[in-house]
Amino acid sequence: MSERRISGAEMVLAALADNGVDTVFGYPGGAVLPIYDAMFQQNAIRHVLVRQEGGAVHAAEGYARSTGEVGCVLVTSGPGATNAVTGLLDALMDSIPLVCITGQVPTHLIGNDAFQEADTTGITRPCTKHNYLVKNVDDLARTLHEAFHVARSGRPGPVLVDLPKDVQFAIGTYKGPEAFDFSYRPAYEPDPAAIAKAVAMIAAAERPLFYTGGGVINSGPRAAEALTELVRITGIPCTSTLMGLGAFPASDPQFLGMLGMHGTYEANLATHGCDLLVCVGARFDDRVTGKVSAFSPGSQKIHIDIDASSINKNVRVDLPVVGDAGRALEMMIQLWKEQGRGSRSKAIAPWWDQIAKWRAVDCLAYEQGETVIKPQYALERLREALKGKDNVYITTEVGQHQMWAAQFLPFEKPNHWMTSGGLGTMGYGLPAAVGAQMAHPDAIVIDVAGEASILMNIQEMSTAVQYRLPVKIFIMNNKWMGMVRQWQELLHGGRFSESYTAALPDFVKLAEAFGGKGFRAETVAELDQAIENMLSTPGPVILDVCVDEKEMCFPMIPGGAAHNEIMLGRKDDKKSDPAAREEGMVLV
Amino acid sequence: MTDPAAEKIERHTLAVLVVDEPGVLARVIGLFAGRGYNIESLTVAEVEREARLSRITLVTSGTRMVIDQIKSQLERLVPIRRVRDLTEEGPFVGRELALVKIMGEPGAENAHRADVLRIAEGFGARIIDSSESSFVFEVTESTERVDQFLAMMGGLGRLEVARTGIVAISRGPESI
Repeated sequence: MSERRISGAEMVLAALADNGVDTVFGYPGGAVLPIYDAMFQQNAIRHVLVRQEGGAVHAAEGYARSTGEVGCVLVTSGPGATNAVTGLLDALMDSIPLVCITGQVPTHLIGNDAFQEADTTGITRPCTKHNYLVKNVDDLARTLHEAFHVARSGRPGPVLVDLPKDVQFAIGTYKGPEAFDFSYRPAYEPDPAAIAKAVAMIAAAERPLFYTGGGVINSGPRAAEALTELVRITGIPCTSTLMGLGAFPASDPQFLGMLGMHGTYEANLATHGCDLLVCVGARFDDRVTGKVSAFSPGSQKIHIDIDASSINKNVRVDLPVVGDAGRALEMMIQLWKEQGRGSRSKAIAPWWDQIAKWRAVDCLAYEQGETVIKPQYALERLREALKGKDNVYITTEVGQHQMWAAQFLPFEKPNHWMTSGGLGTMGYGLPAAVGAQMAHPDAIVIDVAGEASILMNIQEMSTAVQYRLPVKIFIMNNKWMGMVRQWQELLHGGRFSESYTAALPDFVKLAEAFGGKGFRAETVAELDQAIENMLSTPGPVILDVCVDEKEMCFPMIPGGAAHNEIMLGRKDDKKSDPAAREEGMVLV
Repeated sequence: MTDPAAEKIERHTLAVLVVDEPGVLARVIGLFAGRGYNIESLTVAEVEREARLSRITLVTSGTRMVIDQIKSQLERLVPIRRVRDLTEEGPFVGRELALVKIMGEPGAENAHRADVLRIAEGFGARIIDSSESSFVFEVTESTERVDQFLAMMGGLGRLEVARTGIVAISRGPESI
């Protein structure tokens, strides 16, 4: 694009368009009025008016996660920026590419405690991959293009551009992204020697296991295809983190389910018992490892990650491979084939036999009575109702319902599952569903929620109504902050301090008040019809599923315990040693 | 976990080349504070005006695993161009500059002054200011030698000290 003389505000819109943005999630205010004025005079960029800036960032995350593109946010200075902080950190922890543009007071007022002034770059420095304060309009085009480049390159993440109001008014020279050369160039290409070693280790192991994460999804759909192919041609079992669900089809017999604190018995015992752990695009975080010193104690470990700082951070590995997950997987497939290797499923038959025994434990079993709906049953019926429907996107809030969703819903494709993994942000799911539905207007988008989490960003229901987004909110209502209650029951002597919500809204009426539709299921007998109503009613819908108030989420590896100390139910308290329990209690 | 070598605390001197943009020092310091790493000394100044590059010399300590983490965490900051572990990569020289004011009682006997000057000479310290009852010395030495200088001078009068912290560069023809 040729050079032009335009205002800073116009540059913002030009740069968004030049970087492929078609949708911005935002909220106007004094310090971004020039940008909103420029937006009013163009049609290339759609703006989605959220109801609180926090919602804008989660919506952009949902948009980014479900499309693989960079999500875009526009908010004002001061409270606009500080409201965005949680979402920025959420995106940083889960490696979601975002560009967030914040207004700032005019440059001559910076530092004067002006109205709606905040030190936005200071506040967001540890919450973003990178951030900028642009004080000169002639730096703006370059900065905006670089922001997109940084957000999507290497390990993706949120980038913030803070833009004083006078710079938005100032006239300067705009050039397109192709006019610039950026010095930030992360390495994508893995070392072929390391790949060769990895292949040799996989070929020699007796009890190998793939442990895959969100990095496979961030690498793009080809990486998920490559992972699926590699797992199948090697004949090796595969487990996934919460963030990685969908990269490998959950229905495949080689899939062991999710690992970690609420992962399956077979996935966790396989992680504990394997002799080779091949980690692809995951980061050995504490929800996955449990007690680090007892994590997968007998295994050699390969770690493929685009972020060198993730390697050897929590767990020492034997073979680090720095580079793009998809590229590494493709290279491994090629080498595996070139070396004429086939499936190892026969060679490792004893390992598969052992896994079959673990599977036979049926760790997700629960007892469904005649009347009261178990949360697991609610999700199984939802899964049944969605069978055969291809285009389904699931978001969640945070808590028990999130873990049950990860355990019970089917994840066959990447980019169809959006959840707050690293930061664990209650209130993520509804705005994320709004973002996903904006990107995929014809898809079924369901926010699996708890009654506590949903109230954290319920105002975005109003956004869904305004833009006619048929988001379905599936509330599993147990009247408690279920995960808090579960920890209080297991670790704090059953003293349920402040985890019960004594005054909940009537969610059916709430949906109607917002202009949507509401349904309720109170008994097993009502459940299927209610789900059918939710799915067949156009527009935004809340389904209030009243579930068992005391159900706990199992399996569970208590804090500070090892994978082989996994609990399968209430009575299965293997951590009877009080000292060990105290040690675990301080962990979150 | 049980390997005692893995638990040993090492001290490393890092040379970090950064783009001189606003907030870059806050980014580096924030990284250390946020992740609980130690900073024993940190110096920074522009070294290439045209390319807007500054050089940070950083002395830090931690286990092997922590030192490796520090390096890769630094490397992933966008404005950081290069991180070199001088301690690991071979011989290097580290120097710091100290300005040391030594104050005695006015009219104290001259023998004292002679002792002060003799020690200063031994350390190659330059006198950059003097009055009847005080000297200001400039001494450029390794940290250990500066410590020694201060210990010896401390016995001869009251001290006020300003130190830069270490700047360091590798020996030989290799460059960052």
